[in-house]
Amino acid sequence: MPQLRQKLLLLYLHNADLNSQVVSWTLYDGTGKETRTTGDSDAPPYGSVLAAMKDGWRVIQFPQQFPAYPGMEYNTSYLRYEYILEKMEETNG
Amino acid sequence: MVNRKRLLDSKQMARFVSDGFLRFDNLVPDDLNRAACAEMEQGIERRRGGVRLSEMWPAPSAIGEVFRLPEVQGIIHSLVGPDPLYDHHAVHTVDAGHLTGQVWHADAIIDTRLHFDIQFFYFAHDTPREMGGTLILPGSHYRRISESDIARYQNFVGQVPIVCGAGAMVVVHHGIWHCAQPNRTGRRRYMFKLRLNPTVRQLRLWNTDDLDDPAIPGILSANHRWYGNEVRIEIVNRIRFWRFLTGDERFDVSYWLSRLENQPETVLHVA
Repeated sequence: MPQLRQKLLLLYLHNADLNSQVVSWTLYDGTGKETRTTGDSDAPPYGSVLAAMKDGWRVIQFPQQFPAYPGMEYNTSYLRYEYILEKMEETNG
Repeated sequence: MVNRKRLLDSKQMARFVSDGFLRFDNLVPDDLNRAACAEMEQGIERRRGGVRLSEMWPAPSAIGEVFRLPEVQGIIHSLVGPDPLYDHHAVHTVDAGHLTGQVWHADAIIDTRLHFDIQFFYFAHDTPREMGGTLILPGSHYRRISESDIARYQNFVGQVPIVCGAGAMVVVHHGIWHCAQPNRTGRRRYMFKLRLNPTVRQLRLWNTDDLDDPAIPGILSANHRWYGNEVRIEIVNRIRFWRFLTGDERFDVSYWLSRLENQPETVLHVA
């Protein structure tokens, strides 16, 4: 009996434009068909979020944009433009 | 007293400031590499953090001899000064056939200092890509994160696997993002890590003869691409770090800080 499982693709962009280039990427495959790990690819699976959308990925989370906290204007930390996308795939169990 | 010829030069220091690491291939001779491998298999004496490096691993000790090499002493002196403190070490191993990469992380916790520690990654045997190497992310050392906060990321544009021959050393800023890579060979992989703390102000400790080299602003403007639109913020952090290291509070690249520091107070008296 086929069942649906979720695949998550995390794409980090150059800037807030969904057409800007991917600078970091992560895949979690809930179907169990694919196991990904750090450093397993040198090129992103898509050039942009828009390119992934054209291949059937649904954007399920946008990064919110906040102004810098006073005194922290030049601090850097996590990647700012993180988009989470999903695709549902059928599995046999 | 360390030989001045063994010190880093200003262009190397600028690369350290931009990239957060420096790589030295073929630094350790083969006989010492073999002896160090044997010691790593047996275990290497630990001490509590805070003792002088010069008190660690007296002769006969291969690992002690590695860190007493004049070339290595020159690197140490240039970055953290003479006779720094031993913080800790670890013999990192990845077993044969271990196919999962370690998650991305930075060591320790959020560290807001301009003062910095260094970590040596010493590869005592050949480390081809199928054996993994340590994956590092150039330019990640200013990012304020705590250890594996960044474990969600898998790949970055510009990530660099340390693939090297025996005897290579990489020295990194304490904040660099890194992770061990899978080992697809039939042999266990070793990497010796050593963290050192400075005991003197990290001010012009290297060979500054080329401090005014025109290549330095370009080195400090490197774009590693993975931080996208934040490249200018990265450069500002490098300018601040370079000022700290050189004592030149007016140093700038591309006018980034000078325009922000321009806050005239002169009041014109109009008739």
